[in-house]
Amino acid sequence: MGSLKGTVLVGLIVWALMGWAAGEPEGQLQGWARAMGMSVSAFSAARGEALYRQENGNAQGGAIGCFSCHTKDPRQPGRTRAGKTIEPMASAVTPTRFTDPAKTEKWFSRNCQDVLGRACTPEEKGDFVTWLTRVKP
Amino acid sequence: MKDSVKGMLVVAGAVIAAVGLFATGPSWGDDEGRGEEHGGMRASRVPVGAPASWKTECGSCHVPYPPAMLPAQSWARIMAGLDRHFGENASLPPAVAAEIGQFLAAEAGWPRDGEGGVARGEPPLRITETPWFRREHREIGDVVWRRAAIGSPANCSACHRQAEQGIFNEHGVKIPK
Repeated sequence: MGSLKGTVLVGLIVWALMGWAAGEPEGQLQGWARAMGMSVSAFSAARGEALYRQENGNAQGGAIGCFSCHTKDPRQPGRTRAGKTIEPMASAVTPTRFTDPAKTEKWFSRNCQDVLGRACTPEEKGDFVTWLTRVKP
Repeated sequence: MKDSVKGMLVVAGAVIAAVGLFATGPSWGDDEGRGEEHGGMRASRVPVGAPASWKTECGSCHVPYPPAMLPAQSWARIMAGLDRHFGENASLPPAVAAEIGQFLAAEAGWPRDGEGGVARGEPPLRITETPWFRREHREIGDVVWRRAAIGSPANCSACHRQAEQGIFNEHGVKIPK
C-alpha cells in the first residue's frame, strides 16, 4: 500500500507542477470577464467563431482575417507569410494553446491590430478563446 | 528495494529525462568570422550566446535570420519599426526588444562597400535586397521562388533545411519541386 501511496503522491506533485508551468486558460478568461463586469459563462463560443471567420478588407483591396494565416479550419496548421508553419489554433489539437497568458495577449495585441485595425476587447478575447478551447478534434 | 522507493525513482527518472529534453536545445555551433564570407562553407551562423528571446520571438514567424546577414544600422531600423514589420504588427515588450536589439547590434554584419550594399545610402531592411544575397541566389528564378512549398525568398528553410540552426551551406540545400 505504501508503494501506491508514494507513487500517487509524487505523481500528483509532478502533475501539479506541470499544470502550474503550462497554465490553463481559465485564469485569463476570468481576468477578461472581470474587465467586462461579466461572468466567464457569458463568453460565447459562437461569437468567438464568428470573429475567427470574419473577413475584413485590407489596404490592398483584398480580404484579411484570422484565416489568412491560420486557415479556415483551426484544427489545421497554418502558415505565416514567410512560410513558417503555425501549429493549429484549436486546443484539442495543440494543447499548449492559450496556456501562456503573456503569449496570448501578445498575439491578440498584434493580430487584432493587423486584422481589425484596432485592439480586441476583453469580451472578444474571451469569446475567441472559449471557442478555440472547445473545438472538437 | 521497496516498491514505494521504486515508484518514486521511476517518476523522478521521468522528470529528469523530461527536463533534460527541454534543456538540451539546439547547439549553435561556432562563431567564426561573423559578418564575413556570407556564401562560404561554415558551420552555424548563429552566434554562441544568442538569447532565447531572439530565437523564440524572431523565429515565431520566420527563420530567426542570423544577425550577421545585415549590418547594425539595418537591425536598428527594423527594431524601431516592429509595429509595422513588413506589413505586420510584430511589436514586442520593451525589455524583450531591448535584449534582442543589443544582441543584433553586437553580432551584426559589417557595413562594407559592395558587400551588403550599406556603405552608401539607406541601410537595407531586407536581407534579400543585399548584393550578396542576390549573388548567392542568382541561379534561382522567379518561378522557383513562387513555388507553393517556397512562397518567397524569406522562407530560407524551404531549401536550406538546417536554416533554423543557422546552417546555410550549399550541401544542405534541397529545392522543393
